[in-house]
Amino acid sequence: MNKGLKFLIVLALQLTMITSASAQSAGGSTNGFVIGLIVLGVLLLVWAIIAITDNLLQIEAGKAGIDTEKNNMGLFPSVKSVFSKNTPAFAQNDHFVRLNKGYNLRLEGEAEKVDEGNAHVTRFAVSPYDFRGISPIPKVVVEVGDEVKAGDVLFFDKKNPDVKYTAPVSGEIVDITRGAKRSISNVVVLADKEQQYAQFDVPSLDASREELVDFLQASGAWSLLNQRPFDIIPSATAIPRNIFISTFDTAPLAPSTHILLDGNEEAFAKGVEVLSKLTSGKVHLGLDGKSTPSAALSGINNAEIHYFSGPHPAGNVGIQIHHIDPIKLCDDVVWTVDFQDAIILGRLFKDGVYNTSKVVAVTGAELNEPKYVKTYTGANIGELVKDNLANDHIRLISGDVYSGDKKSEDDFLGFRDNQITVVEEGDNYEMFGWLLPISPRPSISNTFPNFLYPNFKFRADTNTHGEKRAFVVTGQYEKVLPMDIYPQALMKSILTQDMERMEGLGIAELSEEDIAICEFVCTSKTPMQQILRDGLDMMREQL
Amino acid sequence: MGLLDVFKKIEPDKKKSPVLHTFYDAVFTFAFSPDEVTTGKGVHVRDGMDLKRTMIHVVLPLGILVLLGAYNIGHQHFLAQGAYGGVLEGFGLKFLYGFIKLLPLIIVANVVGLGIEIITAARKGHAVEEGFIVSGALIPLIMPPDLPLWILAVSVAFAVIIGKEAFGGTGMNIWNIALLSRVFVFFAYPTTIAGDNVWVAGYEKLAPGESTDYGFFINKIVNPVLDLFGSAKFEAATIIDGFSGATPLSIAAKEGWDAVLMQYSEAQMFWGLIPGSNGEMFKPLIILGAIFLIITGIASWRIMLSMIIGAAVTAMLLNAWGASPMMDVPWFFQFYMGSFLFAMAFMATDPVTASSTNTGKWIYGIIIGSVGMIIRAINPAYPEGWMLSILFANTFAATIDHYVVQANITKRLKRA
Repeated sequence: MNKGLKFLIVLALQLTMITSASAQSAGGSTNGFVIGLIVLGVLLLVWAIIAITDNLLQIEAGKAGIDTEKNNMGLFPSVKSVFSKNTPAFAQNDHFVRLNKGYNLRLEGEAEKVDEGNAHVTRFAVSPYDFRGISPIPKVVVEVGDEVKAGDVLFFDKKNPDVKYTAPVSGEIVDITRGAKRSISNVVVLADKEQQYAQFDVPSLDASREELVDFLQASGAWSLLNQRPFDIIPSATAIPRNIFISTFDTAPLAPSTHILLDGNEEAFAKGVEVLSKLTSGKVHLGLDGKSTPSAALSGINNAEIHYFSGPHPAGNVGIQIHHIDPIKLCDDVVWTVDFQDAIILGRLFKDGVYNTSKVVAVTGAELNEPKYVKTYTGANIGELVKDNLANDHIRLISGDVYSGDKKSEDDFLGFRDNQITVVEEGDNYEMFGWLLPISPRPSISNTFPNFLYPNFKFRADTNTHGEKRAFVVTGQYEKVLPMDIYPQALMKSILTQDMERMEGLGIAELSEEDIAICEFVCTSKTPMQQILRDGLDMMREQL
Repeated sequence: MGLLDVFKKIEPDKKKSPVLHTFYDAVFTFAFSPDEVTTGKGVHVRDGMDLKRTMIHVVLPLGILVLLGAYNIGHQHFLAQGAYGGVLEGFGLKFLYGFIKLLPLIIVANVVGLGIEIITAARKGHAVEEGFIVSGALIPLIMPPDLPLWILAVSVAFAVIIGKEAFGGTGMNIWNIALLSRVFVFFAYPTTIAGDNVWVAGYEKLAPGESTDYGFFINKIVNPVLDLFGSAKFEAATIIDGFSGATPLSIAAKEGWDAVLMQYSEAQMFWGLIPGSNGEMFKPLIILGAIFLIITGIASWRIMLSMIIGAAVTAMLLNAWGASPMMDVPWFFQFYMGSFLFAMAFMATDPVTASSTNTGKWIYGIIIGSVGMIIRAINPAYPEGWMLSILFANTFAATIDHYVVQANITKRLKRA
């Protein structure tokens, strides 16, 4: 394939020799500029001939039925193969995407070991707030004092009564808390020491899609699924074009895949198999392309493997969808499933019980000992961090520092969250903090010496480091968002409520966690996630 | 935190005196970064970069240009008298004279500009945005040294009120504020900013043979003080015969590159010891400033590079055409004269008025480079084009963005 390139180089060299020879023979009076123009013209002509040949070859190849995007049929090596680093050996046969844009925020307080045995969390809750698209006051079918098994129905949405939301653990209902306007905020279960599971009659995987959907809705596993765009509980009628699972998380302090996967390999494979029956397309798995993946992931059946290598947000499923098979417009339907939720789904089909056991990373610089904890969905946050806080002036976040939710000790882990992050509240004044910062702080800007210490771990606090301003700096979002999207134009179209433009600029492809990195770097401190959600809500009402 | 308590104590009432409070707030947030924390509805941790820090990193390289600009004002002034010809001779006097000329310009530009910013911010009820930090540093550097202060005040007021606040404040303006104030002077008071006499300080109003009048301040205050220390002082003198304050550009426009080299050496032009606007000529430092802005990521290298490409290619084409003395100047030497580099590093890269998309930035830069070079070569009245070409490109920046973004939309709609 390099022949064409070599030919071109030799030709260019010959041309320069000829022209320099002719320049010498003509003596000093020749205008160098004119010769330059002639050389340029000749080169352009040669280039045009080669380009046409190259195009003709590609067209012929296309006619012969060869996929010209995957197989290079032109004269030249593709730009990618010349400039990009080689694809690692383990990913040779799969789709490999190298992402250069993004930023890895390194924070102190990474969890390393799993805390064995000492699962002292007693209270668990399911919150209707965690399910977007259901009404704020669902029908609660249990009362305080009732005993439930894991998998028993707790509540359902009155508009969509088939979809049940079930108990993550067995035990006694101790509280049903209410939030603003009498909405239900939490249904709290005091867990039994020995878990009791409701036994389900699992349909065989050869059953019709309707049967599977009915089973999922009745068992509570439907709530594990997420429909994009908008991040809502999937509608039973819209068949997803594809289902995407990201098997790794690149967010700051996120739990690592091998710990989540440990001992759950079979369940995950089963979960993927179940999902493959629910879509009209494929299940796409996004794997970390930085290191050799576990054989349980790379050798999985019923799914297509894609490798992603790059800084955060390479592990976000939204970014991966964009590079695999983008969500087209707002009426396009795909599903995404969280990695651990796919394991829970697999367990349901493997063992016939709704076992929400999961590993949660308790992380952050303000903890005595960051660690992994084996617990269940919706664990109480206060109990998770009990006796572990090094500081009392802190913020508890369910999720990561980019897109997690601010919680108090009485609150519970978000339904889909696998992580708690504890950071210091930064409500202090800092003298000339904008000019001469005293403590190191994360930034993508090279005005800080951060770029000299790429492996430094920060102890970040929640200070905004500046006040909100109008959009001034440009190009900073594009630097960290590896998508073909113009975030600033999109934000402006949302602020001006221009729906057509929003859709055209790709609002359907985004979710808060994808745009969060842009919000982090924003010099003008724009609340981008909030603006994006406003836009998504606007679009959802339209549909 | 003693100072913090003092600040807290003197906080004026927001309702009773909004302007005072806005001013207080601006000073306070300058001294202390606020204790604001993330709301909990979006990201919890924010990047350490904010608009103040962004703006101040543009002002840093400009600060050095202020020092050198002051020196050069004095240097050119004494050259006209035929005194202190060497670079280091009369160093102190040159600096002193330059500062006496430059400092009032800096003070007036900032007092007028920031005053208007504070009053409008108070009226709108939000904090003072930092845009004018850079404008206030740029404006004195792009004006001639002898510009009357009232004209400066009027031009700054025009630029800030009509150019910025009318559009909604920092981040909303269409045209570069600093250039808008200069273009106002350019069209409203052309005699103060065009011609051969305005670029050397102190000689604008002199009749032939008349000696310099240093005025009250230097004669009655500065000179006695200098006397006290026994150092050399300012002495009235006439302009030496045959001195011309013409800039290399105006010579090149009339007589071509060879005539320029008769008066100024290439090194002189490169190091910036030539008449011109106050801070535009020190090529090495401007290049260093540009590299600083690129490394820190404050300014867009795309705009700078595409501007150089646009200007160089246009200059080559003009060389090939060669219809006027300016067109015959070898393309490379076009960069030695005038304010191309200053405009490239500090003016065109203003993120608010430039194109916001990366593709747009390439187009935007090429337009500036090429239009500016054409104006330089063809405009009969004024041999410099960057101010007008940047304002021209500012006007079309949003249109360029529109087409770039629209291409993205069309692509997405086609895919569906």
